Amino acid sequence: MKKISLLLVLVLVLSIALTACSSSSNDVAVEEPTQEVVKFGVFEPLTGANAAGGAMEIEGIELAQELYPEVLGMPIELVVVDNKSDKVEAANAATKLVDQDKVNAVIGSWGSSLSMAAGPIVMDAGIPAVGTSCTNPLVTLGNDFYFRVTFIDSFQGVVMANYAYEVLGASKVAIVQEISNDYSVGLVKFFTDEFIKLTGDADSIVYVANYNTGDQDFTAQLTNIKSMNPDAIFAPGNYSESAMLIKQAKELDITTPFLGADTWETPEFIEIGGEAVNGTVFSTFFDSQVPLTPESEVFLDAYRAKFNKEPASVTALAYDAYILLVNAIERAGSADPAAIRDALAETTGFDGAAGVIALDANGDAVKNAVIKTIENGEFTYLTTIAPK
Amino acid sequence: MSLETFFQHLSNGLALGSLYALIAIGYTMVYGILRLINFAHGDIFMISTYIVFYGVTMFLMPWWVAFVVAILLTGIFGILVERVAYRPLRDSPRISVMISAIGASFLIENLAIVIFGGRPKAFPIPDYFNQVAHFNTISIPFANFFIPIVTLTSLVILLFIVNKTKTGMAMRAVSKDYEAARLMGINVDNIISITFGIGSMLAAIGGILWGIKYPNLIPLLGIMPGLKAFIAAVIGGIGDIKGAVIGGFLLGMSEIMIIAFLPSLTGYRDAFAFILLIAILLFKPSGLMGQNVTEKV
Amino acid sequence: MFNKKNLYRMGLILLTVIVLAILNSVLGKYQVRILNLAGIYIVLGLSLNLINGFTGLFSLGHAGFMAIGAYTSALLTMSAVQKQANFFVQPIVPWLANIELGFLPAMMIGGIVSAIIGALLAAPILRLKDDYLAIATLGFGEIIRVIFTNTQSLTNGALGLKGLTRFTNVPYSWGIALLTIIFMFSLRRSSYGKAFMAIREDEIAAEAMGIDLFKHKLLAFTIGSFFAGVGGALLAHLMGTIDPLMFRFLMTFNILLIVVLGGIGSISGTVISAIIVTVSMEALRFLDSAINLGFVVIPSVPGMRMVLFSMLLMLVILFYQHGLMGRDEITLDTLGGFFGKFKKKEA
Repeated sequence: MKKISLLLVLVLVLSIALTACSSSSNDVAVEEPTQEVVKFGVFEPLTGANAAGGAMEIEGIELAQELYPEVLGMPIELVVVDNKSDKVEAANAATKLVDQDKVNAVIGSWGSSLSMAAGPIVMDAGIPAVGTSCTNPLVTLGNDFYFRVTFIDSFQGVVMANYAYEVLGASKVAIVQEISNDYSVGLVKFFTDEFIKLTGDADSIVYVANYNTGDQDFTAQLTNIKSMNPDAIFAPGNYSESAMLIKQAKELDITTPFLGADTWETPEFIEIGGEAVNGTVFSTFFDSQVPLTPESEVFLDAYRAKFNKEPASVTALAYDAYILLVNAIERAGSADPAAIRDALAETTGFDGAAGVIALDANGDAVKNAVIKTIENGEFTYLTTIAPK
Repeated sequence: MSLETFFQHLSNGLALGSLYALIAIGYTMVYGILRLINFAHGDIFMISTYIVFYGVTMFLMPWWVAFVVAILLTGIFGILVERVAYRPLRDSPRISVMISAIGASFLIENLAIVIFGGRPKAFPIPDYFNQVAHFNTISIPFANFFIPIVTLTSLVILLFIVNKTKTGMAMRAVSKDYEAARLMGINVDNIISITFGIGSMLAAIGGILWGIKYPNLIPLLGIMPGLKAFIAAVIGGIGDIKGAVIGGFLLGMSEIMIIAFLPSLTGYRDAFAFILLIAILLFKPSGLMGQNVTEKV
Repeated sequence: MFNKKNLYRMGLILLTVIVLAILNSVLGKYQVRILNLAGIYIVLGLSLNLINGFTGLFSLGHAGFMAIGAYTSALLTMSAVQKQANFFVQPIVPWLANIELGFLPAMMIGGIVSAIIGALLAAPILRLKDDYLAIATLGFGEIIRVIFTNTQSLTNGALGLKGLTRFTNVPYSWGIALLTIIFMFSLRRSSYGKAFMAIREDEIAAEAMGIDLFKHKLLAFTIGSFFAGVGGALLAHLMGTIDPLMFRFLMTFNILLIVVLGGIGSISGTVISAIIVTVSMEALRFLDSAINLGFVVIPSVPGMRMVLFSMLLMLVILFYQHGLMGRDEITLDTLGGFFGKFKKKEA
């Protein structure tokens, strides 16, 4: 009997909780029949394995909101939800944004797999979404409502293959891929295809070593690579694992240059890697020393003033996702989701902090890649490569 | 494979193996006395690295002070975990204790995410350990010499405590039979606390060496080393301190050698450790060193 | 057959169906999604409860078996065009490329494949006891995930699968949840169920009574894996996309939380706690954001929700080990008794 009473109390509490959380947003709608607030839903991993990435992107989005708090005379409100680095939660979070919070557009997320979970939901609801740093081609493929401000793996892979072949004159490359990370697997695929095409030699990739996210010891893979004596090592992956990888390579006396991609542009990459990461080369979309656009300077000044440090590249991308949405609303003259979508699809020559953005038919950004290296513990600009 | 490459692999395997061994000693001690898979061991290990990090960066301690502070605080933390999560369940079914252990582990991890933040931090490595020794074409980072020495020293000290001191005798008595030990006038709760304290201090030593070798601190850092140490402990015969060291060396060495000789299987590395575990459980459940203990009914 | 109790039971089921139908049409998409998830978690919770609660085998590999069901059903329902688009790194193995089945057969096959693999894996390790079994099953979960990550041409590896038709709706998720509930109740009443519980209480005594330990343990594990696979298939087709990282240990932890909160061994407890956990996971989202109490604003601390849930698990196991229901059930008698008393009071 006690148990059943307890149960009834629980059910009661639960139903109150449910109605409370579902009615809160409705109340707002009743009080303000004409919508005077533009809501951007932000879904990012604030906890769990990708929490670090989420935190960096939120910085950029919040900074953008401070600089551009209004659009078309309406204040912009951010609705931030945590997707817990978990696909099921990401889908729930996205549903909450479009269904409960009635957002006009969605920003996010770090991690392609989390963005992919939200894909069908925003498409069904007809709410446009702008991806920040999700580079997996599958995110936008076949989804008219998903866009992104970053270029995709295919372009970056090609850029680095060309760099290895032309600038380094490499004919033999070893690859270290983070097998459990879609970002790394995708990049490796495009790099491999391009590099084999350039060299005309199917054996020019001498070794592919794998590791799993969270691995700390790479000495066995590296010792294998050392014995193959390649001209370059392409090792795109999570920045903390990559930093450890390169640090251990230096301890094993591997002097072969390491090539990577945009994730490396994170202060922690240098903090963890220390002196070992000097001389590594990677592609990215952004440079804090050589501003790409007028917007870059606005962003950099504001960021340095607020946080007193250099921004990570994904922070710039998240910032761009926000201002691109603001820009699309201005162009559309309306905050109606369908109008925003149409305006987004027509984006060309938009000045973002991380480069000039044009969106192609898939909704992927076509923009220049910046090649950078690390010298004396500082990210250093090398060159800019335009898409073909 | 050339001889140099092989020796390089061997040296890598020794370093990794002795790290596993060090963590496994703590694991096996706790298991030996409580018959409990202490899921939180890896998280206690993680806490120690963060204590060093904050000790050096926030309180500006010299590194060796930070190390000592970390070892002591982690020991106290381990005792606390035992008090809160395990002691109340002393007479409960083992499944309950195990769920409590899993819960404690998740709680520590989630609290660490809230308190320390999710962004990785760089472990402050003393310059002394950042050097690399060269022998011909073989390179050995300084830490790799240091780790096996610490592991073996810890082993000797521990064996001394367990076999030659009164406390050690009490520990052995408790691990054989709770009730009998209590009847003999041993304060069982105290002995378990001491065991947890020592086990956690060993975890801290392992954590510090881990940080020196792999200076990438995240709140979930302890999970894999914790599981690997457990596997090592099982290989050696759980509850057996010498066995844990041997199991640790074996696991580390075979993880490296699998990649060395079967380079295409690198992606399966973590699966391999578990396959090894299951194989040992099936074919020699008492481990390589363990004596056959009949299940107490 | 048509005695009073059975009639009541059918009435109860009918009532549930009506309530669900009403909820399904009244609620918004977000709440319906949570409703769906609750149904799926009931299936998953009950399947783990069968292994852990009824039979006393402590298994921590549930996420792995869910992954098998999810991937099998996903690969069977996806169209050839979708598969081609997904497998851009390495083409899919030819024998899978052109298969396209309906959701129900795909889900069943997912469950069956999961059950077969579960039986094959479990057979050698079932003689292990308590924590050894737990750690071995945990190993299986991890091994399955690592294999799925590495077999690029079979599972598309880390890139995951996307573009699954989202078949899972309330009739599917709750229909299967109800079937699972009915199945579990009848299983427990059967001689098999009694044997399972005898094994849980005392293996040696059970064996002495002539119960074949191995056969019954294997059966429990296989049925549990089957329902885990079905649950995984439902989840995959609710999400529309899956990848190996979905099936980490955290997933098993969530299901374990449901079983422990509900009371290990109780069917109705698991059902209730599956609903409570799923709803409160969402309802407690506000904990992660800043809380404005009027006079003071508590700054947002992302992660508080997970801290709360791990704390809850600890508190239940430390102070309230029986969970919500212990091993008791809400039966017609208790319900009748409760409302009967209520009526008497009124009168």
